Parts: sequence; C-alpha cells; structure tokens
Amino acid sequence: MKKLLTLVILFTSTIASAGTLVINSNQSGESSMAGFNSYVEAFKAAHPEVTVVVNEFEHEAYKTAIRNFLTAESPDVAIWFAGNRMKFFVDQNLFMDVSDVWDDAGLNDLMASTKGSLTVDGKQYGVPWGYYQWGVYYRKDLFDQLGLNVPRDWDEFKWVCAMLKKNGITPITIGTKFLWTAGGWFDYLNLRINGYQFHMDLTAGKVSYEDPRLDAVFDHWRELIDPGYFLEDHASFSWQDAQAPQINGEAAMYLIGNFYVPTFEAAGIGDQMDFFQFPTIYEGVGVAEDAPTDTMHIPAGAKNVEDAKKFLAFMSNAGAAGEWAKIAGMLSPNKNAPKPENRFSIMGAKMLAAADDIAQFWDRDSNPDMASAAMEGFQEFMVKPDREDKIRARLEKERARIHGAL
Amino acid sequence: MTFWERNQLKLAPFLFLAPAIFIFLVYVIYPIFDSIWVSFHEWNGMDKDGVRGTGKPNWEFVGFKNYITLFTDDDEFYVSLFNNIKWLVFSLLAIPIGLALALFVNQKILGIRYIKSLFYFPFVINAVVIGVIFTWFYNPKYGALAYVLSFFGLDPIPFLADENLATYGIIIASFFPGIAYTMILYITGLTGVSREMIEAGRIDGASGFTMLWHVVLPQLRAATLIAIVVTLVGALRAFDLIAVMTAGGPWGSSEVLAYKMYQEALFNYRMGYGAAIATILFLIMDIYIAWFLYRLFKNESSEK
Repeated sequence: MKKLLTLVILFTSTIASAGTLVINSNQSGESSMAGFNSYVEAFKAAHPEVTVVVNEFEHEAYKTAIRNFLTAESPDVAIWFAGNRMKFFVDQNLFMDVSDVWDDAGLNDLMASTKGSLTVDGKQYGVPWGYYQWGVYYRKDLFDQLGLNVPRDWDEFKWVCAMLKKNGITPITIGTKFLWTAGGWFDYLNLRINGYQFHMDLTAGKVSYEDPRLDAVFDHWRELIDPGYFLEDHASFSWQDAQAPQINGEAAMYLIGNFYVPTFEAAGIGDQMDFFQFPTIYEGVGVAEDAPTDTMHIPAGAKNVEDAKKFLAFMSNAGAAGEWAKIAGMLSPNKNAPKPENRFSIMGAKMLAAADDIAQFWDRDSNPDMASAAMEGFQEFMVKPDREDKIRARLEKERARIHGAL
Repeated sequence: MTFWERNQLKLAPFLFLAPAIFIFLVYVIYPIFDSIWVSFHEWNGMDKDGVRGTGKPNWEFVGFKNYITLFTDDDEFYVSLFNNIKWLVFSLLAIPIGLALALFVNQKILGIRYIKSLFYFPFVINAVVIGVIFTWFYNPKYGALAYVLSFFGLDPIPFLADENLATYGIIIASFFPGIAYTMILYITGLTGVSREMIEAGRIDGASGFTMLWHVVLPQLRAATLIAIVVTLVGALRAFDLIAVMTAGGPWGSSEVLAYKMYQEALFNYRMGYGAAIATILFLIMDIYIAWFLYRLFKNESSEK
C-alpha cells in the first residue's frame, strides 16, 4: 500500500508545476520521519512561496531506488549519506556542486566539523543534516562491582577485559551476522594505530591489504580474540541479538553507534549504562572517530534548483536544524544548534567536537563491493584468526580487481 | 463467408491466449534474453549512455569475461555452486518424511482433520517468518535447541555460525514448509489409491513395508513426481531463508547462486557479473527441467 502510495505521489509529483520543490526522503522510521517533517514545516513557514512535495521511501528500498530516480526522474532534493556513498554519485555527475550554498549560507563556519566528508576535490556536493557517534557502551554497574575504571589505553582495556572474563562476564558483546559491526572494530583499531589518513587511503583502495602497517591492527585484534573476550558464536547474532547479553548483565561492553541508546533505555537499564571513547593505542596518533553523517543533495537533473538550494541553505537556521537532529536522535552538524539533552548525545557531541578527524564508517567510506568482501574477511578473522594471511591475500586480490594494481 | 467466420474456430484459442502470451513474453521471455545480453557486459547499473556530461562509459561489452572470472577467479562461486548441490540433494529428504506424515494422518480417528491442518500450518507461514523462528531456535545462547541440548548435558551447536553447518541448518528450516507441502500432495494421492488393489495385496500376503513399496507407492507416482519437481525447483531458488537466517554467512559460506547474484548485482553494482551468475543458474535449471520433462513425456506415452 505504501509502495503504491509512493508511486502515485511520484506520478503526481512529476506533473507538478515549477515552484514546487520535490524531495525524495528515506526518513521512514517513526522518529526519523517526525524529525524531517519538523524541518520541512519550519522551511515552509520561512518560505511560504515554495510548495514542498515529499516522497517518502522505505529506508532499505531507497538504497536501490535512488539509482533509478537520479538518472530517470530526478527530484530536486535527495536525502543520502556522506563519504564514499556520496562520492559514487558525484563520480557519476549525478549530484550538483553546492559549494556556493556553503559559502552563501555561512556553512563553512557553522558545519566545519563535517565539511570534509561532503567534499570531493575541494568542492562540496551536499549538506549534512545529522550525525551520531560510535564508542563503547558499557555496564557501569558491572564495572563498579568489580572495581574497574574506564580504560584509557590499550593495556588498561585488555586488563578490564581480563578481569571481566575472570569473573564470568563476557567482556565484549558483538553480533557479526550482518558483518558491519566487525567493520566498526577494524575502523577503530586502524584509526587508533595507523591514524586517519592511512585509514582513508586504505578505504580509497590506495593501500594494499598485505601492507605491513596493517599487521599491528590484526595483532591487536588477536589480543582480544585469542583469550575469548568477544561474545561466543557472534556470527549467529545480529546487532540487535547481541544487545541481549548486555541487557541481561552477562556482557559488559559494546562497540556500537548511538542508535543503541533508545533500545537499552526501553529495556530499563538506562541508568546502569555509560559510555566511553575507544581507548588510545599509540600515543601521538591523532584522535579520529566514526561518526556516520546523513546528508541532503541536489541531483544534477533537478528542475527547481533555486528552491532546492534554499532548502539546503536553511540548515544554517540553528533552531530548525537542531530540532530535526534532536527528534531523529542524532547530533546536529550545525554548531549553533541547541545542545542535546540526552546524556549520551551530550557525551557524543563533546567527543566529536574534540576529534581531530571524522570517518564515516567502514561500509560508507569504502567502495561497496570492497566493503562487503572486507567485512566478510573481518568476520572470518574474528572466528578463525589463524587464517589471517589467507584472508588478507583474498582482500588484496579483491582490492586489485576493483581499484587496480598498486 | 467472411474470413472471420471461416477461421473463427481456429483463431479463437489464439485470441484467448494472446493476453497471457503477451505478458509471458514481456515479463518472462524478454528478461531471460536481456539478462543473457547483460551478462556479456560490464555494467554498474547506472545510465547506459555513460556518466552524465562526460561520456565515460558505464556499460561496456566484455564478451565472456564475466564467465571467465566466475569460473577461474572466484572461489565464492564454487562455494555457492556446491551449496546449491547440497540443497538439491538434501532437500529431497522432505519427500519421504512428508510421505510418512501423510500415512500417519491418513487414518479415521476423531479429530484427525485438526491434526492434518496443524501439520499443514507451516506451509501457510511466510518463509521470512520461518527463517526468523529458526534463527531463534538455533541461537546458541537463548535458543530452544541450546536449551534442549543443555538438558542432556551437551554444549550448544552454533548451527548458523559454523561454516560447515550453516547450509544444513537452513536446509533443515526449509523442511518445515517443505514437509507440509509434500504431505498434502500425498494425502490427496492416498485418497485415489484403489481399495481393491490393497485387498488383493493383502490376500497375496503383502503387509507393512512390502505393501507400501509394491502396492501403494506405484499408485502415488504422480504425487511423487510433483513433489520432486517442486522440491528441487524450490531448492534451486532457495533465497529467502538464506537472506533471513545467515545473510549468506558466516563469511559467505552459506551463499547459493541466487543469493550471490543478488549480492553482486544489487549491492556491489556489478550487474553484468550478476547476470552471468543468473545465466548459469538458468542453464542448470534448464538442463534439469529438460531432462525431467523428457522423462515425464516418455513415461506417459509408454503408459498409453
């Protein structure tokens, strides 16, 4: 029924007159939709001359639909993601350069923290509307019981894991069935060991997977795998399944994104939970964080570019921008937006503001086939660490196929 | 007599068939040839005219390159192919189990109708729901299977997290609706089994397994054939359970051709490569179906 409705809207929207702003959105979840709608309403109030038509898509279906509508029947604004996901369409010349919007609306200053992830060759191809932090969500009550402190570096982290394990608690819960959670671990280990620039070169396919600098990443990972610090049989758990051990108090830590918060708050352990930044591994490596950023773009085939730019530029309105992010459970990239109220969002905002660099996340930074092949490899490594050489050789072969020989 | 009046009888069947044939051509035949055509190209699924404004190609003829890569340079392809064979072989087990259940419920006992419908119930449930139920069932920490095993003092078996067991775990889940379906086929077949023959068999001293094998089963041949075809085609098309239960994992070890095709084409932007896998799958199905139809026609004509 929803699909049919979308179709009907799509057809009617194509015959709508100029002066109409057509937006394709993937904000299909309850809170996501409410957040987006609040922004649209605020925009309408500020620009009564523009008629806004929103085509709502289901979040997953949108990922395939966008490839069709960008080439066939472009909307004026499309919601999407930063990083490689955006770059794919930029390379296809399907997203418009909106650097002028950044200049005219003062976004360069307001959104300095996320500017890099929207930039290709010095030009901006979209405007971010929300992002969220990754980090370790842990059971503070279990830590307190055992007298453990938040680990600041790698040795402390391993010690915390050892203590938890000794007391019959799974140190780290994870569900790798859908692979990406393993990508999060690789991201953080590589960012902390080799730093942001190397990580970006790797995701761009400019570094071999057999590069000796990656040895340390896999070695450190193994220091957690060999003693059995990760949840057993994690390959049969989805990321949601993996919440259960932590909610039941059988597992202590979970490296995951801030979208986890509503679940554990609903499960009634909000007060027992706390958050810490992924620990430092090598001193002197700049602090980079994963903070996936959701964005808005103007397709190259947009008919109403003028109003579309107004819609993007409206992100400089701190009130409207902040409201959207807040309702959707995200952080606003606009630095003047009202401060978040949820304590995990507050910690996240502080952490990201202090970060040297921001990565998007493994599967948003890399090319899609490389991302899935690599994450399969990471999952395999987490279960069969002895196959490291074989896995890395396979990934390198895949990298060479996609990005060419080095 | 007008042309219409003269040929009305000859033309009418074609006219009645025309709408169906048209739809069949557009939605079945054309896509088959189009897929084969796509499989000779490298295509990322974007505009075939090339990158907007630059003419950098998105669509390029590469001959048999996709097939060569598939057969010589893709280990996952062989994993998928081998898993398809496992599916073909083991999913057939649903047929004898379905037959056993059909024989079991084919009795005149009070309330047997309700029991029949209970056994049939899994077939009515959506495959995705079955996948979710079995995923929970197999969960090594909280699942029913782990609970039962621990009752006997055994360690949980992480079916879906083990590269050697994952495919079997999914095939077992596929039995759930598969058995129900074959059972129904056999129940219908059993109503047509002639009483006289059973009586005659009894007089000749047949009972139990001999009776089943020599008297009942030959009369169920039609049902058996349909059960085999449907089960095998279902096995080759296995997709939904895999997507729900393991997403092809762990590390791609439970992928089948249909799932790999979907992954490559829709997620990895490799339409040509995905189409090549589809073509291989189509050929496998084709060989099998041709062989099967040949057998069917041969048997039917010998009976007449």
